[in-house]
Amino acid sequence: MEFALSEEHRLFRDTVRGFVAKEVRPRARHIDETGEFPWDAIRKMGELGLLGLDVPEAYGGMGADTLSVAILFEELGAGCGSTALVAEAHLCLGTAAIVMFGSEAQKQRYLPALASGQSLAGLGLTEPGAGSDLVHGIRTTARRDGNEWVINGAKMWLTNAGVADYVVLLVRTGPEGGSRSLSQMIVPTDTPGFEVGPPEKKMGLHGAWSHAVSLDNVRVPLENLLGEENMGLHQTLQVLDGGRIAIAALALGIARSAYEAALQYARERTTFGKPLVEHQAIQFKLADMATRIEAARLMIYRAAWLKDQGQPFTKEAAMAKLVATETAEFVTREAIQIHGGYGYSREYEVERMYRDARLMSIGEGTTEIMKMVIGKRLVTE
Amino acid sequence: MKYVVCLKQTPDTTELPKITPEQALAGNEGATLVLNPWDEYAVEEGIRLKERFGGETVALSMGPESVDQALRSALAMGCDRAVRLWDPSFADSDYWSTALILARGIEKDGGADIIVTGKMSVDGNAAAVAHGIACKLGIPLLTQVARVVDVSDGRITVERLLDEGRETVTAPLPVVISVVKEINEPRYPTFIRIRKASRTPIPVLSAADLNIAPEEVGQAAARVRWTHLVKPEPKKRQVTIIEGDTPEEKARKLLDYLMDVEKVL
Repeated sequence: MEFALSEEHRLFRDTVRGFVAKEVRPRARHIDETGEFPWDAIRKMGELGLLGLDVPEAYGGMGADTLSVAILFEELGAGCGSTALVAEAHLCLGTAAIVMFGSEAQKQRYLPALASGQSLAGLGLTEPGAGSDLVHGIRTTARRDGNEWVINGAKMWLTNAGVADYVVLLVRTGPEGGSRSLSQMIVPTDTPGFEVGPPEKKMGLHGAWSHAVSLDNVRVPLENLLGEENMGLHQTLQVLDGGRIAIAALALGIARSAYEAALQYARERTTFGKPLVEHQAIQFKLADMATRIEAARLMIYRAAWLKDQGQPFTKEAAMAKLVATETAEFVTREAIQIHGGYGYSREYEVERMYRDARLMSIGEGTTEIMKMVIGKRLVTE
Repeated sequence: MKYVVCLKQTPDTTELPKITPEQALAGNEGATLVLNPWDEYAVEEGIRLKERFGGETVALSMGPESVDQALRSALAMGCDRAVRLWDPSFADSDYWSTALILARGIEKDGGADIIVTGKMSVDGNAAAVAHGIACKLGIPLLTQVARVVDVSDGRITVERLLDEGRETVTAPLPVVISVVKEINEPRYPTFIRIRKASRTPIPVLSAADLNIAPEEVGQAAARVRWTHLVKPEPKKRQVTIIEGDTPEEKARKLLDYLMDVEKVL
């Protein structure tokens, strides 16, 4: 058993931490307040290869392992939830789908630009009537017409839709329904009929734009089918398995940042004649926060390790996401509690972190779906 | 051309408030150790010199095994090789002994055309080691370098940043330059360079390799001793918020305050 990071992972973590401290975190408040898209940081991340971190080197990526991806998103999450989510939706959803299921021609065509950050990607699953229940809820259809697929319908909450060059959409291709009636399509966002609404007004993560998208006779070549026809649901679930490790790490980063802010505040603030940190009530809070953060990180690292070993990791990734995202909510809440009234003020970062953390137990599989995934594995394994 | 960057591993300054004078005096800060921020500019310039004028850039540091982390950061940024100088007798060396060790290390590695250092370290703050290296090697030293204008015909031309302005000077090679932060913007390592750096072996040269006797270095030879350290008291500030219905009223109150209470006007 080995609990220390390798020299490579440690050096990578320190590098990303330095990058985030300088290029990401100082912009977090501005991005939250204005809803601006974090172009500066995203461009720089592209130059450094971070937007293609685990894309194979043959396609212009860095060929890094899943543990590196987890390290990246913990650090990004600690700096700015919005910037982290943009990168996560790009790398771990849209791009990952092409890495996992793209043909050789598709990989060569799309991945170099995506891995370098010249193009951004996203993944469109949710619809007005479909969130957790994709099998029954998806109403967007794609039908063959000559050499093309014609796509009609609507997507919701499509992160990066307004800035991406390509999105991967889950659409219904089999009219009979069931789990083998959906397919994934690569859709260029400049295709006629692909209409992107304004960024949704959200509680947090204001710089990670999520959009409603309407699809009105959107025509793409037959070759834009990703993977196997009617196997889109299974493919999507596999993409989400990997993405969960990243979203868990992102939530962990937010939690760590909130914890560190609370600890620092508790050292500086005095009540009843002594620093907050010397009060047992505060120490108990800090102990709970630090312990849950530590537990979440170990679970994330283990899920990443299993994935890198080529072993089944669906249950462990779901457990890691469940624990890390609930931890993020708990820790950001407690961080505000330790700050008292100041914590509720926008002057302090913990207020933003609390709002950003709230999405983590909803997006990319809710806490309840995580429990279904875990429960199903427990009773069938 | 060969460029040697001399660098130091220092505590992360963001953690300095936690460190006690006793810990600092014992050399056991217990803080996260990083590449001295001033030396990041030196590493970057060493790499840029290679990119502009060709050749090889070597990172060099004196210290125990933990210093490999700082050397690997330099490798990840783009240095070709790294060499660490260490021997138990080197512990507690002062600026002068450190300079001797680094100078011998440079000689042992085959010398250098341009030796680059940062302005100073963030822990010692002496800005003395660059001077010592130049003295020991008997070569010119250019401090406060804010731009390398040219390297040609066995000479280097640089701009030095002085209080009065910028001064352009020329010196023959080999030379020691110590650089200021205005000189460049240090790059971030890419993942591929990080991977390579983490697998690059870092050779260690001992006192015997450098032909250094125990009495030449360490506590025995130290001319500078830190006898006691005092931590400055944190500044306590009183904040007064001036209330008023209009900006004019607030300005009037502020003016009264500055004239009558603080008596600064």
